[in-house]
Amino acid sequence: MVSEKLEMYQELATKIRAHCLRMTHRGMSGHLGSMLSMADMLAVLYTSILKVDPENPEWDERDRFVLSKGHGGAAVYAVLAEKGFFPMEWLNTYYLDDGKLSGHISHHVPGVEFSTGSLGHGLPVAVGMALAARNDGKQHRIFCLMSDGDCNEGSTWEALMFAAHHELDSLIVIVDYNRVQALGKMADVIEMEPFVPKLELFGWSVRSIDGHDCEQLEATLSEVPFEKGRPSWVLASTTKCKGVSWLEDTVGSHYGCVNDEELAAALAELGVSK
Amino acid sequence: MRSAFNEELLKIAKADDRIYMVLADIGYGEIEPFAEAFPDRFYNCGVAEQNMTGVACGLAMEGKIAVTYSIANFPTLRCLEQIRNDVCYHDQNVKIVIIGGGLAYGSLGVSHHSTEDIAIMRSLPDCVVVCPADIPEARAATYAMIEHEGAFYYRCGYKQEPDLHQGKIDFELGKAIEVCDGSDVTLIGTGTVTYRAWQAAELLAGEGIKARVISMHTVKPIDREAIVAAARETGAIVTVEEHNICGGLGGAVAEVIAESGMGIGFKMIALPDEYVHIVGTHEWLLDYYGFSPEGIAGSVVELLA
Ligand SMILES: Cc1ncc(C[n+]2csc(CCOP(=O)(O)OP(=O)(O)O)c2C)c(N)n1
Repeated sequence: MVSEKLEMYQELATKIRAHCLRMTHRGMSGHLGSMLSMADMLAVLYTSILKVDPENPEWDERDRFVLSKGHGGAAVYAVLAEKGFFPMEWLNTYYLDDGKLSGHISHHVPGVEFSTGSLGHGLPVAVGMALAARNDGKQHRIFCLMSDGDCNEGSTWEALMFAAHHELDSLIVIVDYNRVQALGKMADVIEMEPFVPKLELFGWSVRSIDGHDCEQLEATLSEVPFEKGRPSWVLASTTKCKGVSWLEDTVGSHYGCVNDEELAAALAELGVSK
Repeated sequence: MRSAFNEELLKIAKADDRIYMVLADIGYGEIEPFAEAFPDRFYNCGVAEQNMTGVACGLAMEGKIAVTYSIANFPTLRCLEQIRNDVCYHDQNVKIVIIGGGLAYGSLGVSHHSTEDIAIMRSLPDCVVVCPADIPEARAATYAMIEHEGAFYYRCGYKQEPDLHQGKIDFELGKAIEVCDGSDVTLIGTGTVTYRAWQAAELLAGEGIKARVISMHTVKPIDREAIVAAARETGAIVTVEEHNICGGLGGAVAEVIAESGMGIGFKMIALPDEYVHIVGTHEWLLDYYGFSPEGIAGSVVELLA
């Protein structure tokens, strides 16, 4: 990959992280770790993968992007603002009284396809969208970004069996696989490993990648569907709260936001001025 | 009634290719004509009601009209959050159809009694709630359901219910149908049990009590006008519903009466606030719980005394 492009991704991912730090700091809200964990994949998706148009968010031929881990919605708001879907100032109102942006992702915001917040809702809806697209002979793809916790939900497994049965190959799941949930490490809650063979046995075409490596993200997401007649699953290993060293890979990062001092330190770590 | 529903849906689907049936391994002996006519618009999700509702919502988001369909509480309570967050909040064109409202599946037991559904479904913003009283209403309601844009709950009967209405009916969403007029009391029913309310009115006529009978097929949005007129003109209202006494038709009617400021005689004939664990057929259970024509008439007489 030309280093220019890689730099572009990294720059955008850093901006997303900085926005999320400021938004959660201002709103004194949680889920920072969930947001930072998917910053890199959002940067790649919204720069090179998703066919979307900020001028026309409801463009019929757009790729559909469903964030199933709705608690990380601020990161999507950040990338949408950076891409011009709505004014940057909206980010300053996140989580605040009479604000434009709610804690969990909302379809009342331009560029957001679907509201979530209760885990396990994204995939079934994405499956319905993929079914409609297939039957209507449409070319757009449906991306669903999920979390480990999402994969605990029975509804997710109902949907993934259905998608494989109906060979919905315009459907792409990306799991922000940070292995940290709300009350503990995935390994202590519900161990999903060995995850790849499980998914393969359920009929999906699976790739396991580093979810912070933008080069790998771009290469992998450019190759979907991985196989004709099978839905694609990208298991993107990440670190929860990636970029804020002292919070990385902690359950606590799911809840806390940073205080004034920590904000300054975190932004400095990211190489962003306050 | 369920056959009538399926027949009408099939007819409508022939003329409207937006209609999808998305169901959860239920419908044997009923849904085959649709499945055969429209294999690309018929999906059995397996026994997976949450996914059924999510898929229906995703289809609706792409311009389809998706009908979810199963029995009793499976397409409602089992996937209530999908109905609330996905379908209703996103204002999607999903039609939720249950076969066997109330105690229709009698002897099958509590898991198959749909007796809190009206209260729950009518509390969801933007969800229409309809319980047809007889087969002609069921047929008309199927058209109304498809014409209406948005979430819709259709509580369908399960067998060959008797006709409540004489002759043609004028079915309009949110508009109650008067079965017979009267000046002493109004019986407001919803769903197939309304027929028993009408039978009670016949008995009451024998005792010189003139009862108006109204089929409130649409519980939400409720026909406030018909309720207020009944209160004003007959001075007493009795609601009849095959549903828990909490929050169903009786509750909806009571809300209107209370807000109207008219202090009138009022009684709710409904199931007690308990699970129906005693065993019996639909008809037997209804009689047991006071829905026999004599039982209903007796309750009315008590109120008027
Ligand atoms: C149905 C449901 N139950 C519980 C919650 C509360 N909750 C929010 S996030 C979360 C788990 C967080 O871990 P994970 O899903 O792996 O997401 P991550 O933030 O690590 O990406 C839980 C339990 C919820 N949002 N939805």
